[in-house]
Amino acid sequence: MNQELLILQFQKKDVKAYEKLYNMYCDSISGVINNIVKNDAVTQEITQDVFIKAWNKADTYSSKKGRFFTWLLNIARNAAIDYTRSKKFKQKKQNLNADFFVDILESTKSLDSETNTIGLKEFVTKLGDTCKSVIELLYFKGFTQKETSEELDMPLGTVKTRNRTCIGELRTMLGV
Amino acid sequence: MDSKNYIASGILELYVAGVLSEKENQEVYEAMQKYPEVKAEVISIENAIVQLTKASKTDSPYSFADVQNQLKTDEPKVIPIAKPKTNWIQYSGWAASLLIGSILIWTLSQNNQLKEQVATERQQLEAQIDSASTNLAAAEKLIEVFRDKDIISVPLAGQKVSPTSYAKVYWDKKTNSIYLDAKGLPEPPKGKVYQVWSLKLSPLTPTSLGILDTFTADANKIFTITNANESEAFGITLEPAGGSKSPTLEQLYTLGTVSS
Repeated sequence: MNQELLILQFQKKDVKAYEKLYNMYCDSISGVINNIVKNDAVTQEITQDVFIKAWNKADTYSSKKGRFFTWLLNIARNAAIDYTRSKKFKQKKQNLNADFFVDILESTKSLDSETNTIGLKEFVTKLGDTCKSVIELLYFKGFTQKETSEELDMPLGTVKTRNRTCIGELRTMLGV
Repeated sequence: MDSKNYIASGILELYVAGVLSEKENQEVYEAMQKYPEVKAEVISIENAIVQLTKASKTDSPYSFADVQNQLKTDEPKVIPIAKPKTNWIQYSGWAASLLIGSILIWTLSQNNQLKEQVATERQQLEAQIDSASTNLAAAEKLIEVFRDKDIISVPLAGQKVSPTSYAKVYWDKKTNSIYLDAKGLPEPPKGKVYQVWSLKLSPLTPTSLGILDTFTADANKIFTITNANESEAFGITLEPAGGSKSPTLEQLYTLGTVSS
């Protein structure tokens, strides 16, 4: 079914349509959250919260303001970052060592059966450090272009073109 | 706009990341509507990110059922029935309390107004009683004076200038004072004043007893005047304001001799 139609039905509180959208994006949202909180149980809890929150504020989404996936991504990152600011997280943090999505990809032993993920793992390992950092900050951490430029000590315009190159390599590998 | 350059600029990757300004988001959205290649590019970038982020998930798959049972789905059906009812009760509650509140305020202000009115009326009444008792005291004193056998009564008759005028003097020799009843005199013209004289007849020697400068203001026209003279007659003349040293006999209004 057409994605735009699905979104419209979701905004009219159609649960069936929402289930389809959920299946499209729940793993990605979970991945982003996991990258920030680094705890399976917490990740599952926050992912559920994000999809409940998105349902409750469905009417605030407008396709003119951005992609539906980007909208979900924002809710997820904010929810995860809120959690990292809580006491609960600070107590658990000492056991964590993986700081980047790359580390998570490399340290995960039992990935699901999707071949893409296995290929992705190989690809990501080969990515340059700059690409890893740019992708990490822009997509996983929700940094702005300016914040990324400051964090990586890179000119503002370079962030934009470098990111384009990195995503281009990723797409070639994934065939999208 | 050249869609190829637009795509190559890297703005679409940032669009999917959600880091553009509201204005830039609007711009990309319009470009997507206008150029199918821009839209296709955005969808491809999005797919790449969806897969990349998916790979960061480390736990077992989730079930939509966990989310579904927490979604509020019956809301749209319940709201139209329930809402007006609660609203009506709520609004009428507010309205009632507003009404009671304004009645209370109105009553309070009415009460205050009444209190003020009562206070004013009481004051007026007190003033009336006060003046009535003062008048009564004055009248009693007059009656006492008139009845006293030691008081000499001297009627003063109207003279040539004003034949209809009359007055009366009650002379209390014990206290050396006279009570002059001047009710029979006309109002003095403006700038003029009545002057009272004690007279000795042979030879004619007038002594001023004073001017009736409060004549117009005095209600009962009875004046108490000190008189230590051995008067043989009393006269009243009309004089210029402030009085004269000797009487203007052409303006003699009333005159009366003391009967011995």
